[in-house]
Amino acid sequence: MAKRSLLKRLGISGGTFVVAVPYIWLLLFFAVPFIIVLKISFSDIDLAIPPYKPLIESAGNHLIAIKLNFNNYFFLFTDSLYFSAFLNSIKVAFISTVLCLLVGYPMAYGIARSAPATRNILLLLVVLPFWTSLLLRVYAWIGLLKANGVINNVLQWMGLIDEPLPMLYTQFAMYIGIVYSYLPFMILPLYSNLEKMNWQLLEAAQDLGCRPWQSFYKITLPLSRNGILAGSMLVFIPAVGEFVIPALLGGPNALMIGRILWDEFFSNRAWPVASAVAILLLIVLVPFMMWYQSVQARESAGDGR
Amino acid sequence: MNERRSLFILCCLGFGFAFLYIPILSMVVFSFNASKLVTVWDSAHSPTLKWYAALLDNDEILDAAWISLKVAVINATGASILGMLAGFSLSRFSKFRGRFALNAMTTAPLVMPEVITGLSLLLTFVAMEQLIGWPAGRGLTTITIAHITFSMAFVTVVIQSRLATFDSALEEAAMDLGAHPMKVFFVITLPIIFPAILSGWLLAFTMSWDDLVISSFASGPGSSTLPMVVFSKVRLGVSPEINVLATITIAVVTLMMISVALWMARAARLDKARQ
Amino acid sequence: MSIPATVPLKPAPWKDPSARPYVQLERLTKKFGDFTAVDDISLKIYQGEIFCLLGASGCGKTTLLRMLGGFETPTSGKILIDGEDMAGVPPYQRPVNMMFQSYAIFPHMNVEQNVAFGLKQDGVSKAQIKERVATMLDLVKMGDFARRKPHQLSGGQRQRVALARSLVKRPKLLLLDEPLGALDKKLREHTQFELISLQEKLGVTFVVVTHDQEEAMTLASRIGVMNHGEIVQTGTPSEIYEFPSTKFVADFIGSVNMFEGKLVEDEPNYVRIQSDELGSTIFVNHGISSPPQAVVWAAIRPEKIFMSIARPEGTDNIVQGAVQDIAYLGDLSIFLVKLPTGKVVRVTRPNTSRHSEEITWDQQVYLNWDSTSPVVVTR
Ligand SMILES: Nc1ncnc2c1ncn2[C@@H]1O[C@H](COP(=O)(O)OP(=O)(O)OP(=O)(O)O)[C@@H](O)[C@H]1O
Ligand SMILES: [Mg+2]
Repeated sequence: MAKRSLLKRLGISGGTFVVAVPYIWLLLFFAVPFIIVLKISFSDIDLAIPPYKPLIESAGNHLIAIKLNFNNYFFLFTDSLYFSAFLNSIKVAFISTVLCLLVGYPMAYGIARSAPATRNILLLLVVLPFWTSLLLRVYAWIGLLKANGVINNVLQWMGLIDEPLPMLYTQFAMYIGIVYSYLPFMILPLYSNLEKMNWQLLEAAQDLGCRPWQSFYKITLPLSRNGILAGSMLVFIPAVGEFVIPALLGGPNALMIGRILWDEFFSNRAWPVASAVAILLLIVLVPFMMWYQSVQARESAGDGR
Repeated sequence: MNERRSLFILCCLGFGFAFLYIPILSMVVFSFNASKLVTVWDSAHSPTLKWYAALLDNDEILDAAWISLKVAVINATGASILGMLAGFSLSRFSKFRGRFALNAMTTAPLVMPEVITGLSLLLTFVAMEQLIGWPAGRGLTTITIAHITFSMAFVTVVIQSRLATFDSALEEAAMDLGAHPMKVFFVITLPIIFPAILSGWLLAFTMSWDDLVISSFASGPGSSTLPMVVFSKVRLGVSPEINVLATITIAVVTLMMISVALWMARAARLDKARQ
Repeated sequence: MSIPATVPLKPAPWKDPSARPYVQLERLTKKFGDFTAVDDISLKIYQGEIFCLLGASGCGKTTLLRMLGGFETPTSGKILIDGEDMAGVPPYQRPVNMMFQSYAIFPHMNVEQNVAFGLKQDGVSKAQIKERVATMLDLVKMGDFARRKPHQLSGGQRQRVALARSLVKRPKLLLLDEPLGALDKKLREHTQFELISLQEKLGVTFVVVTHDQEEAMTLASRIGVMNHGEIVQTGTPSEIYEFPSTKFVADFIGSVNMFEGKLVEDEPNYVRIQSDELGSTIFVNHGISSPPQAVVWAAIRPEKIFMSIARPEGTDNIVQGAVQDIAYLGDLSIFLVKLPTGKVVRVTRPNTSRHSEEITWDQQVYLNWDSTSPVVVTR
């Protein structure tokens, strides 16, 4: 068809070049690295630089021994710390996703139903914080939440509390931080889905006897399913491995798998263990990533709408 | 017909934007606070610019900012070129071997947890060094390569969605009229997707400027980026200089966003006038 | 042009001052900013009518319908349905259903679910829903497509689903916004008669929006002609066609030859109009109410002008011209005759099998008409 003939007319060599450059880059620095991580997750910890033993050793006389070592994985499964960190990460990511959805959906809906001129301004306001540094925005919450922080000061000044509430370094602070940082990732796909919505369908539903909330539940919600899924994936998947926010706002016992991986790597210099954690995390997340990709494909295909 | 927002929705919008902006505004306000306690307003000596002066004296932060700036500019340029090629491939060539893989490799980094990307890149750099002796040690080069890898995915998405909304018939018409494919790309395609490339560049710049996790994995001694310095400071609690840094960042970003928005609005108006 | 020849058995309700209107609009106005989409409309629609709103694109038909349905709040004025003021009554509580111009079929439900939607909302029992949906789908000939999703349907099929969906609730008043716009001519005529028979079967009051005057003629018990947000004339199809009250209506409904002129003789039982455009006088055998010497227009339908090679008898209402163009349309032919003044007159003639005289291009012909044929309008 038209597009294939374009490739032909571009001449194979030019087209191949265009495809090949990003392809090779990604292969080299995105795909191959996972194989290396997999390899190192099977090697022994060594007190050396780099701190692991090679998998392939020559055992004299041209014999090559491949030593696959499942110790790192056994270690992860025997120490309940890792298991509970995994569970906790998934729980935190899930709750954060739900909270993002609860805050983000009405906002995306409100923006989509605004007049076009207002819409662009509101959208700009949603993305603007995203362009300023994540680290600094998380830091802002430290100033708001700490014992003599803004919120406690205001509450005490109003006479609502006598003692400052312990908010910083709690689960609560961590959830606030995650929801705050990931909110734009929820709003944007939801908005781009809702923006395509035919609002006359809601009028038709009301005409057929639906109250406004019923028409929302029966029409808008099912039709925005792909937006909800895409937004949720964009929040959920990275949140599972989130490191910065739990490290800055969460308590010392906020066991998040991203933090564990960081500590194993930087503090314990246990690269093979960190690699094993990364591999397990990937195994958990890859199905979600594939789901996300299929949702994206469906959404851009229009889903028969 | 579109302006239909119930009171509930308006409240949600108000609450949501308050949630997004109160932390940011609080940093701006307290950057002028004289007190070292940061969040306790010292009305006797505030507002003051003394922390702004202190920041300008802080060599650690300034050095890190210079490193971050260099990395961000190189990264944004590299990621824009690679992202443009990838986006063009995905939206203009409907079938080629490895299309699925390329699509997957440009989607996955969007959601991949940073710790995984960072770890895998570091291990690759180490392995490469053992194998071919390059890159020797970790520093600016490795940080930049790492940044390009994850931020080019975002540029690809931006370019791809722009190319999807503009008709390839335009390009084909030009080729029918006898233009060489390269010429068509530079004369027709590039000007049309230029705004997308620009926003892709800015996006890649910001992601690099902002990144902590991947930089931490990919950096070596003496190549601490700004977020790494900020992170180590913030771990110890609030600091007035960080508020100043935040305020400057916000001011620059806001100015940039506004000028880009105005520029785009003007371009759109010109476009309309031309039709 | 087909004009239904139905003779009402009892006096038409709109002629009966004691009849109670089912829908009553009182000085209804809708403004969008400072643009007036519906301008001070007062109207009565009676039970069992098919009332057609006819007008050019953008004249405010949809807006009027949306106010009846409750989707647009009037800027001023009142809507009474069955004697009840509809102000503040939301769409889901009005005894009204609407078929939208864009159909608004729910894309995530199949045909059956779409049609069942309103019944489910009313809490009708499952067995009943099944039965009524099936009957309705058969009625609109969509029974075989019950399981299809909307994007698997053609435009005409979607239209019929939308119709079924709004009819299945058996509303007292059904609002149809260009219900047949997407159908081809044949299917459209077929559906028009089906709509009429549906209406007779179900006794629903229809308000139908259309910009197709032929459709209005076929369907309507009465037509309201709209222009720039106002209703310029209401009446039965034949009233509107035979006695248009303004130049706009005469021009809009069917084709017409319009001659501008001055009243030169103004008697109670006849008038004579001097028309420079025609290059002659027009004699009309009834009086009109207009000041003498006023500028008026005489509208004469093309099928009411006779054409002959020989000069007909009499002195009034005769002009001569040359045939400029002939269009053969099957059942009739259209002749364009150029007068010495330069004005082109449109004349139609049925193609009966053996015509007395063959008229060809460039032939000099005489045109004449009865003194009852011209309709004189003053604005
Ligand atoms: N929400 C709105 N805001 C502003 N103007 C509107 C709005 N809705 C309709 N209009 C204007 O009101 C006028 C009447 O519109 P309406 O939709 O009633 O026309 P219509 O008679 O149904 O035309 P058509 O035959 O094309 O459907 C149009 O000029 C339209 O631009
Ligand atoms: Mg309309």
